[in-house]
Amino acid sequence: MTYIDVASFAQSWGLIYFMLIFLAVCVYALWPSNKDKFDHAANLPFDDEDA
Amino acid sequence: MSFTEQPSYAARAVDYLFVGFLFVAALGSLYWASQAVDAVLGFHAIVFAIAFYLALFVVGKQLVTGKGYRRPQSDELVYNDEIVKAGTIASTFWAIVGLLVGLIIALQLAFPVLNFDVAWLSFGRLRPVHTSGVIFAFGGNVLLATSFYVVQRTSKARLAGHYAPWFVFWGFQLFLVVAASGYVLGVTQSKEYAEPEWYADLWLTVVWVVYLLVFLGTLWKRKEPHIYVANWFFLSFIVTVAMLHIVNNLTMPVSLMGGKSYILFAGVQDALTQWWYAHNAVGFFLTAGFLGIMYYFVPKRAERPVYSYRLSIVHFWSLIFIYIWAGPHHLHYTALPDWAQTLGMTFSVMLWMPSWGGMINGLMTLSGAWDKLRTDPVIRMMVVSVAFYGMSTFEGPVMSIKAVNSLSHYTDWTVGHTHSGALGWVGYISFGALYCLVPWLWKRKTLYSLQLVNAHFWISTIGIVLYITSMWVSGMMQGLMWRAYDSLGFLEYSFVETVEAMHPFYIIRALGGALYLVGTIIMAYNLWQTAQGNVRQKEAATLLGNTAPAAA
Repeated sequence: MTYIDVASFAQSWGLIYFMLIFLAVCVYALWPSNKDKFDHAANLPFDDEDA
Repeated sequence: MSFTEQPSYAARAVDYLFVGFLFVAALGSLYWASQAVDAVLGFHAIVFAIAFYLALFVVGKQLVTGKGYRRPQSDELVYNDEIVKAGTIASTFWAIVGLLVGLIIALQLAFPVLNFDVAWLSFGRLRPVHTSGVIFAFGGNVLLATSFYVVQRTSKARLAGHYAPWFVFWGFQLFLVVAASGYVLGVTQSKEYAEPEWYADLWLTVVWVVYLLVFLGTLWKRKEPHIYVANWFFLSFIVTVAMLHIVNNLTMPVSLMGGKSYILFAGVQDALTQWWYAHNAVGFFLTAGFLGIMYYFVPKRAERPVYSYRLSIVHFWSLIFIYIWAGPHHLHYTALPDWAQTLGMTFSVMLWMPSWGGMINGLMTLSGAWDKLRTDPVIRMMVVSVAFYGMSTFEGPVMSIKAVNSLSHYTDWTVGHTHSGALGWVGYISFGALYCLVPWLWKRKTLYSLQLVNAHFWISTIGIVLYITSMWVSGMMQGLMWRAYDSLGFLEYSFVETVEAMHPFYIIRALGGALYLVGTIIMAYNLWQTAQGNVRQKEAATLLGNTAPAAA
């Protein structure tokens, strides 16, 4: 395996890998059934009364 | 709340293991001091020994007499706020130290006579005291305090470990003292923002791993199914800083009894490792960590949830995936291969998106409550902080573009850019968090004085503006003078002419730094009075009921 092989692997598959992760994050963030979970999480800072 | 006097056997065993560690470490440090081949290492070994003996005395006394040994009942939720209090005090102390040293070296640049020909006070030695002082000592303590506060509240769990959080806190202070005193005495491994030698680095590694375990242990115990976004940012900060610190400090000591070591990498590999480290120290220490603060304290103070929780998730993952590649932009037009420079530049430009997404998310949290900008100077400070985050994350990618970098690199423009991020973003979000934390922790209804917060805000803001504008002018002028040719193709200016031209701007910069320091001293006074439970008499009528803590 030469330097060129490593570089071309990184430049092609690296791009695809990053795009897929980005898409997965967006899908997770925007998935409708996650809305309730995120709404609850967003209010966590206000739900911290001392025991 | 009630505390148990009889902890479980497992908890006891861990306590005694810790005592054993302290005992061995204390004896080992004494032996190390006796064998040291250079004076500074001998001195530092004694500092380590004193610290370990003090800890041994305090912990040993608690375990033997039972006095002061207080573990909450396991079924009861009692937050560990003492550690957060200690963190706020340490942050305020180190802020003043770090900024004062910064002012001194700014004055030395304008008036070199101010080093008094004393080696200990020379610019090269004091500069890392300033950078480590503000970044790691001030910023690090703010991150310790806020991360410990936030992870407990949003997980509804007490901080993991009994002595472990205190080991992290005091171990970190020990590292800071060893690092700073080493700089003054001439110890350095000549890596920017990673100057401490191998033994201090190893100690910090131990402390940091315990910090990670305390944080993870607390998340592990959480009563909430979801991990709040601020904790994601704190966790990425802790994990990444551990990785950066270890890789960048892979060194071979000349002798285990001496301070000097050599880095394993050489040439451009060393340079790239260094800037991979340093840029990600900016990305994960000064950005991700303080974004954790933003995502908790801005919503909390504004009394409304973050603008978009979904955006915060996209912000987090895209920020950490992109930041880690941006380091090569520090090495444009060097021996680093061209494609690596272009990669660094491209990823830096891509960082615009997550950075601005995060900024918009922070600012829009105030949507519908913009009047608080007028009535609450603490919110104003945090909002201006987020605005500075937007500004410096705009300026950074611009400067990473090769054509711009050919003008800006090695000039004061870089210094100005750093300080708009450090003074504006990191400083102000930290001050905002401290102004929130002190009344909450000491159970006060209000700060001692909101007018003093206002004074702090305006004095410091004028200071920042003087600082960054003077450095813009000075830096661009410097860059333009360096590249000016006359009609015969000779350089137009000698180096010393550029230095002379920068003199007035160095004075303005020092003035800006002085104003920022004055603001911080005002804050320290205000926080001290708040902790004492005082309310400024002039404001007594307006303060009560004005900023009652939402839920302390």
